[in-house]
Amino acid sequence: MVNKLILKAPDGPPSDVERIKEESNYLRGTLAETMLDRISAGISDDDNRLMKFHGSYLQDDRDLRNERQKQKLEPAYQFMLRVRTPGGVSTPEQWLVMDELAQKYGNGTLKLTTRQAFQMHGILKWNMKNTIQEIHASMLDTIAACGDVNRNVMCNPNPDQSEVHEEVFKWSKQLSDDLLPRTRAYHELWLDEEKVAGTPDVDEVEPMYGPLYLPRKFKIGVAVPPSNDVDIFSQDLGYIAIVEDNKLVGFNVTIGGGMGMSHGDKETYPQLAKVIGFCKPEQVYDVAEKIIMIQRDYGNRSERKNARFKYTVDRLGLDAVKEELENRLGWKLEEAKPYHFDHNGDRYGWVKGSKGTWHFTLFVQGGRITDLDDYKLMTGLREIAKIHKGDFRLTANQNLVIANVSSQKKKKVNELIEEYGLTDGKHYSAIRRSSLACVALPTCGLAMAEAERYLPELIDKIDEIIDESGLNDKEITIRMTGCPNSCARPTLGEIGFIGKAPGKYNMYLGAAFDGSRLSKMYRENIGEEEILNELKVLLPRYAKEREEGEHFGDFVVRAGIIKATTDGTNFHN
Amino acid sequence: MQLQVMNSPFNQEQADLLNRLLPTLTESQKVWLTGYLAASQSIAATTGTEQQLVAPTAAPSVAPVVEQTISKEVTILYGSQTGNAQGLAENAGKTLEGRGFDVTVASMNDFKPNNLKKLHNLLIVVSTHGEGDPPDNALSFHEFLHGRRAPKLENLRYSVLSLGDSSYEFFCQTGKEFDQKLEELGGTRLNDRVDCDLDFDEPAAEWLEGVIAGLSQAQAGGTEAVLPTTAVAQETDTVYSRTNPFRAEVLENINLNGRGSNKETRHLELSLEGSGLTFEPGDSLGVYPENDPTLVDRLINELNLNPTEEVQINKQGESRSVKEALTTNFEITVLTKALLEKASAFLKNNDLKELLANDEKVKEYIDGRDMLDLVSDFGPWNGSAQDFISILRKLPSRLYSIASSLSANEEEVHLTIGAVRYEAHGRERNGVCSILCADRLQPGDTLPVYIQHNQNFKLPENPDTPIIMVGPGTGIAPFRSFIQEREEQGAEGKSWLFFGDQHFVTDFLYQTEWQNWLKDGVLTRMDVAFSRDTDEKVYVQNRMLENSKELFEWLQEGAAFYICGDEKKMAHDVHNTLLDIIEKEGGMSREDAEKYLSDMQQQKRYQRDVY
Ligand code: SRM
Ligand SMILES: Cc1cc2nc3c(=O)[nH]c(=O)nc-3n(C[C@H](O)[C@H](O)[C@H](O)COP(=O)(O)OP(=O)(O)OC[C@H]3O[C@@H](n4cnc5c(N)ncnc54)[C@H](O)[C@@H]3O)c2cc1C
Ligand SMILES: Cc1cc2nc3c(=O)[nH]c(=O)nc-3n(C[C@H](O)[C@H](O)[C@H](O)COP(=O)(O)O)c2cc1C
Ligand code: SF4
Repeated sequence: MVNKLILKAPDGPPSDVERIKEESNYLRGTLAETMLDRISAGISDDDNRLMKFHGSYLQDDRDLRNERQKQKLEPAYQFMLRVRTPGGVSTPEQWLVMDELAQKYGNGTLKLTTRQAFQMHGILKWNMKNTIQEIHASMLDTIAACGDVNRNVMCNPNPDQSEVHEEVFKWSKQLSDDLLPRTRAYHELWLDEEKVAGTPDVDEVEPMYGPLYLPRKFKIGVAVPPSNDVDIFSQDLGYIAIVEDNKLVGFNVTIGGGMGMSHGDKETYPQLAKVIGFCKPEQVYDVAEKIIMIQRDYGNRSERKNARFKYTVDRLGLDAVKEELENRLGWKLEEAKPYHFDHNGDRYGWVKGSKGTWHFTLFVQGGRITDLDDYKLMTGLREIAKIHKGDFRLTANQNLVIANVSSQKKKKVNELIEEYGLTDGKHYSAIRRSSLACVALPTCGLAMAEAERYLPELIDKIDEIIDESGLNDKEITIRMTGCPNSCARPTLGEIGFIGKAPGKYNMYLGAAFDGSRLSKMYRENIGEEEILNELKVLLPRYAKEREEGEHFGDFVVRAGIIKATTDGTNFHN
Repeated sequence: MQLQVMNSPFNQEQADLLNRLLPTLTESQKVWLTGYLAASQSIAATTGTEQQLVAPTAAPSVAPVVEQTISKEVTILYGSQTGNAQGLAENAGKTLEGRGFDVTVASMNDFKPNNLKKLHNLLIVVSTHGEGDPPDNALSFHEFLHGRRAPKLENLRYSVLSLGDSSYEFFCQTGKEFDQKLEELGGTRLNDRVDCDLDFDEPAAEWLEGVIAGLSQAQAGGTEAVLPTTAVAQETDTVYSRTNPFRAEVLENINLNGRGSNKETRHLELSLEGSGLTFEPGDSLGVYPENDPTLVDRLINELNLNPTEEVQINKQGESRSVKEALTTNFEITVLTKALLEKASAFLKNNDLKELLANDEKVKEYIDGRDMLDLVSDFGPWNGSAQDFISILRKLPSRLYSIASSLSANEEEVHLTIGAVRYEAHGRERNGVCSILCADRLQPGDTLPVYIQHNQNFKLPENPDTPIIMVGPGTGIAPFRSFIQEREEQGAEGKSWLFFGDQHFVTDFLYQTEWQNWLKDGVLTRMDVAFSRDTDEKVYVQNRMLENSKELFEWLQEGAAFYICGDEKKMAHDVHNTLLDIIEKEGGMSREDAEKYLSDMQQQKRYQRDVY
């Protein structure tokens, strides 16, 4: 079949990252040497770019930056390591390994990410190899956890429909694995694999990615309605499971979503993915591969800010991309099937799965697993992991499901849950249970303001307003990020905050509770006092004027408090 | 031969008497007579009579008539680690020249031992280091004198001035050894040895008086007047000196250790503006500290004295309040046996008397204890404030290797000071000077300082000569000054630095500066060892071994090797590792390796600044 489309990538000189990838000999660069250099705990910018493909970032403790500079010490360099857990599922054994590594090499905490992965912070250069090797020994890895490749494939961990979940999870896992880069760089650098002499032919090494990999990161998610916890519309490529009488028949395919933007650059914007059709489970990989190759060939390699697939789709046009996809596939997608989402948050506490096993969804503030004086979360989970026979499931909302607990074990697990006061969040306000915050300070190099460390405090204060307005049980999704990269998908929260400067945030309103509509900026660059003043007006008003079952995000739109964002392209106006 | 009027100073009658008497004398009678005559200052022998009057063996304690060829030659040899002995030697040299002697002042290292026999008058000024060891530049000479090749020295007249610190077990050990050895070799003292404690100016001056007397005596007539003692202590280069310190303003005082470190290392920047003080890389800065005021209060309290009571603090009769005196003038944190004995007179405590009877017990007791312990353990104090002051020794200055170069930082001097804090006998103890700097010294405050020149720790004259520097912990200080200097000089010579401490993240002193110097190529190479980051401890010497081949190549290329820092452990380990490397890479026997190293020392290519 002839391709009558003439698609092309935007011209312009390739960005510096493209050069680095090109010179890197399939992601090796000079990492082998720099990791051995003892004079600095850091590595060169070029190598750090490549490091991402290996699942890690060089960071520094920003709390100490200025102080150390005065002390004639380099920044407190340390590595963040992101462990891929497709679909967020890990075994108790793996949990114990993560826990141990965090204590031994990391900063003693674990971060459950918004893409259902583990993150460790504070690992020193000299400990990286050991850490990665021990992770590898536990049957997990960090390959392509970051970088211009496909990332950890997200998948709804919803335990309620176990068979379907299992099947969907199987497909996601396979997708995640099959889309990995093929280069042996990772194995050579970290696992002491012998280097094969000479540079083999591209097709042997990276048949799909090619030597330059993708223009930008690429993200895939799989949702199982009615839960949109994975925020399917924020993904570059999404699959919505279609279940007909408890059988998985296939997936609706969505393309072109993404959250990231830059302050003051209207050329960048969050965008929601669009449904382009339906495919059978066994076709999932083909579709993903071809979509990725389209982005590989037509994505913007000159301007990284506009390199995500969402911009490629908006530039080429949805239909053109769909047509190109079908050309490459050699077959056509079916008509999309009806589906319905009703929320993008988590459901907490004990539920019984259809297979008779039990699942406990635990509320984890900011996704941070740590021991506080009054809340020994990390220890509690360690104790549970020691006796748990099922699995642990990381949710897209940074929470944790202790899944597949047999009825016999349930009692013991529950005893530990109570002994350590591990909470399903029931005694928290619904708004806190529906909160999401990115890491931000002190580790994130891009943070402009606090997020994970600050949102809980802010919610303490918002709770007072919530109380007075009698909205305690009303779920309102609230999300905060330290910068417009939007790692906690803030523009899909009914109340969103994006950091602008220390203590200053842009405030966004009007996103849909089910993740199907973006929010819009309501106030720019405001501090805590103004934030609270705004909410002191908005929340009581919502309490009074809302219609039956109306969500806050829909209310503010209906009440004309904010204009609806109908497409990412009109997010800024 | 016969005495005659023309070949002797005697008249005919005297000559006859003598000619009749002399042949009848036995050897021992001759010896006695010589001594008698010498002693009674009426030596008037002529060269002609020497053979007859000579006392071949067993020289008497007083200079004999022998060698009465009036020698105005005086050789002063010094052994000095941190420059005190050298300074005194040089000043003594000047003084003697002023008195018309012809003087050679040299480091023991630079002196050819074979010339020893040719000397008539030898003055030795030497300090003691390590645990009773000679300073580096005295080692080979010391070894020579104590070895089989040491010559007989009947013709030598000598005197020893030894420097030391009475708080060390082997007080002035090296000086004592030289003094005794020279005697054994047949030399005669022209003045008795003087052992100086840290406050050495007065005793040194007195020693020199004695020496001049001895020398003059030996000279016919001995007419030369003795110089005033004060001239001796005078520093020559600037008005400010150890005895007249300059109050330097603190410009900067920061902790170099990052959060969470077990260590605290202060980086101090002082202003020398207006002092006229100058120094070279490798020199040290002397700092006069003050005692911790709270400790002083507790002590006065324990002594049950009135803090405002006036006491006299020196021979010159200066006086001030007890509190001031104990804060700024006297040492209260170190105990010595001598001090215990003096104190015992006023404590009248039997347990103390008992303790003093047993040297082992004394050693054990004084370790890690101070005056406050002494008084509270054996009090009450049955003496006056003045009594107490009178038993104390002056608060000695502390030396710090200078960490900056004048050409890089004009009119400034930088220091790298490790805070000394430890627990002993149930009390938190603080290093006097380091904790003053760490806890009580703000920018704007001043410190009394002086320059301690150290010729034994200097960059090679030739800027192209490669240098290897080993400076763990605060030992890094002088190398910062070295590299600053070489950067200013635009020196071409390669440089290699070994540094170590506990933890990379918090204890990498001056990290960013080294990184920049490495980037710019001012520093060629750096190897670091952090002992507590890994399961098995690694130290600088391990890094040296890992690079032994290259390190030896550098030595072969003529590199100078420097060690600075902890004397007790590090310096020894590094020294031995260096020997191992020379042995291994040079394919030498241990003896040859040692020879190789002592040759390097001779050529000033192996220098240490250890403490
Ligand atoms: C850990 C995590 C946030 C969290 O609290 O969970 C996270 C953390 C970081 N993200 Fe993210 N992102 C995380 C999910 C997201 C999401 C949400 C999602 O994928 O569903 C987004 C928005 C969706 C999207 O990609 O559009 C997201 C958009 C970004 C961007 C903006 C990308 C863009 O297209 O503009 C950056 C910056 C970049 O890539 O240049 C970024 C970069 C980063 C870095 C690595 C900062 C950096 O590049 O130096 C952050 C590390 C902080 C730290 O100290 O750990 N992160 N990041 C999430 C890890 C997910 C995972 O396991 O892989
Ligand atoms: C040539 C030279 C150069 C020097 N350069 C430097 C330099 O660059 N940087 C630097 O920091 N120092 C340097 N020093 C050492 C410095 O002079 C001082 O000795 C040091 O700062 C301690 O002085 P202080 O007054 O603080 O402690 P002090 O009051 O003198 O107390 C030190 C004494 O306390 C006792 N002590 C210490 N620790 C313990 C313990 N754990 N247990 C029991 N007793 C203990 C020991 O007897 C020790 O001698 C140098 C010394 C010399 C001779
Ligand atoms: C590391 C070190 C060890 C010392 N050991 C002794 C010792 O064992 N006995 C002693 O009497 N003095 C000892 N001293 C004191 C020195 O002899 C004294 O400071 C002397 O003034 C130094 O003179 P110099 O500068 O000529 O080397 C030691 C000094 C240092 C720095
Ligand atoms: S949103 Fe910004 S601040 Fe937050 S983690 Fe992502 S990059 Fe860092």
